[in-house]
Amino acid sequence: MPAISFQSVSKTFQTARGPFQALDGVSFDIEQGEFFGLLGPNGAGKTTLISILAGLAKATSGTVSVLGTNVNTQAAEARKKLGVVPQELVFDPFFNVREALRFQSGYFGVTHNDAWIDELLESLGLSDKANHNMRQLSGGMKRRMLVAQALVHKPPVIVLDEPTAGVDVELRQTLWQFIAKLNKLGHTVLLTTHYLEEAEALCQRIAMLKNGKVVALDRTDELLKAASSNVLRFKLDATLPPALAAKARVTGRIVQLPAHDALEIERHLAALREAGLNAEDVEIRKADLEDVFLDVMHANTPKETV
Amino acid sequence: MTGWRALFYKEVLRFWKVGFQTVGAPVLTSVLYLLIFGHVLEDHVKVYDGVSYTAFLIPGLVMMSVLQNAFANSSSSMVQSKIMGNLVFLLLTPLSHWSWFFAYTLSAVVRGVAVGMGVLLATALFVWQSSALNFSLLPQEPLWALVFAFTGAAMLGALGLIAGLWAEKFDQMAAFQNFIIMPMTFLSGVFYSIHSLPDFWQKVSHLNPFFYMIDGFRYGFFGQSDVSPWLSLGIVGVSLLIISAVAVNLLRIGFKIRG
Repeated sequence: MPAISFQSVSKTFQTARGPFQALDGVSFDIEQGEFFGLLGPNGAGKTTLISILAGLAKATSGTVSVLGTNVNTQAAEARKKLGVVPQELVFDPFFNVREALRFQSGYFGVTHNDAWIDELLESLGLSDKANHNMRQLSGGMKRRMLVAQALVHKPPVIVLDEPTAGVDVELRQTLWQFIAKLNKLGHTVLLTTHYLEEAEALCQRIAMLKNGKVVALDRTDELLKAASSNVLRFKLDATLPPALAAKARVTGRIVQLPAHDALEIERHLAALREAGLNAEDVEIRKADLEDVFLDVMHANTPKETV
Repeated sequence: MTGWRALFYKEVLRFWKVGFQTVGAPVLTSVLYLLIFGHVLEDHVKVYDGVSYTAFLIPGLVMMSVLQNAFANSSSSMVQSKIMGNLVFLLLTPLSHWSWFFAYTLSAVVRGVAVGMGVLLATALFVWQSSALNFSLLPQEPLWALVFAFTGAAMLGALGLIAGLWAEKFDQMAAFQNFIIMPMTFLSGVFYSIHSLPDFWQKVSHLNPFFYMIDGFRYGFFGQSDVSPWLSLGIVGVSLLIISAVAVNLLRIGFKIRG
């Protein structure tokens, strides 16, 4: 029995400009105990898919189940098995940290769990904030509080929608150590993130969404292997020739060009020489998940799209 | 403290933490009404035999406070959670639509009754000061007073829940409060007996469910009222059932809260 199962999930929103299809027949399973990454550009449908899983929205068609429980027809049972960290940084300004966690437990029918609440606060570096009002917490602390609220009823399946946005590097490490520990203890983790190096380091399998469709679904190491395996990286002060610019990923002065083999690298360098450009700090590195991601997204751009 | 009781307790704690604003302020407002209207109209308006105008006014103001604050509690809590986005913490839980309904409605009853008690206690000062007032803080028919206080508060709590689910912005909520709740409470006979009205307005008043809540509650204090308390109870009871059914159904389908 998979931890999460999406079967032909579609979702159409009615907008002022007519119907908009956010999800188009999404199907995949996440196995129990997996650390699974769901990636895609903004507007790809990641949050819509998670909203349907969490019962915040209804699918137009298709079925979603959590550990065999249908999220639509057995909503209460399914929600008990899920711990969801929402993307929006929300909080209830009336209560302090401990009150908010106790109430959240109570809604799930869990009581007298202060030992677990203390452990959560300790693991997330919030112990000294237990009696502080939610308003007094910084953005990063509020974000970690969202994680604590999602885990307060010890759900077997954990869903994190952009959990590290606005959290500094050190705390991000603490957060991931904690989530990785929960994963080792048997919790299934579904993660969406824009930090692709995080996804590469943590996720065993990855699905990539684009325009509401699954465009890649594989083990992380297989995805890395299948991609153009090398990247030519250099610094350049001038504009790239158009032929190279179409393939390049440019960040300020830094240019990165995918290359399958030595011949392609030579061709790239030849193109620069012919244009009379001088590249500095040239290096060749192995492709990472960001390269794979850009490759997949580029390859799946429909021709008719403006 | 599990399930709906956790939500009920959270909702009560929410208004209690800002009690100065949610309980203290409405008590003060009602006392000001009593001071001013009682002073101006005491010698001009005669309602029931053996009941002074100020004494007549007290139960009306108490009930008006109960109703307005019950409505304010559930409506403001719901609309704030929606706009702040923290409603998501509830939407992610296994709480059923019945749990939501009972937690929001009963916490509204608690706030309404707390404010009503506050107004009644504050008026004790007037009663103590003026023996001519001839008002007993203990109702003659306490059971009737309690029944109307609780059913009225529950109805307005459920109505507030509907308004909170419907409103997407604070100004929509203000419109609901100012254009529906305020006129209906003010035109329900808090400040006058409808027998003093022209025929046409008497008929209109009989269409206002708020009139029956105020009239029935007043019967509890004086043993006198414009219409029979049984008729009032019937109308308030049916209204409560209809409004509750609408509220429960909106929660069941996730009206404006689930996509």
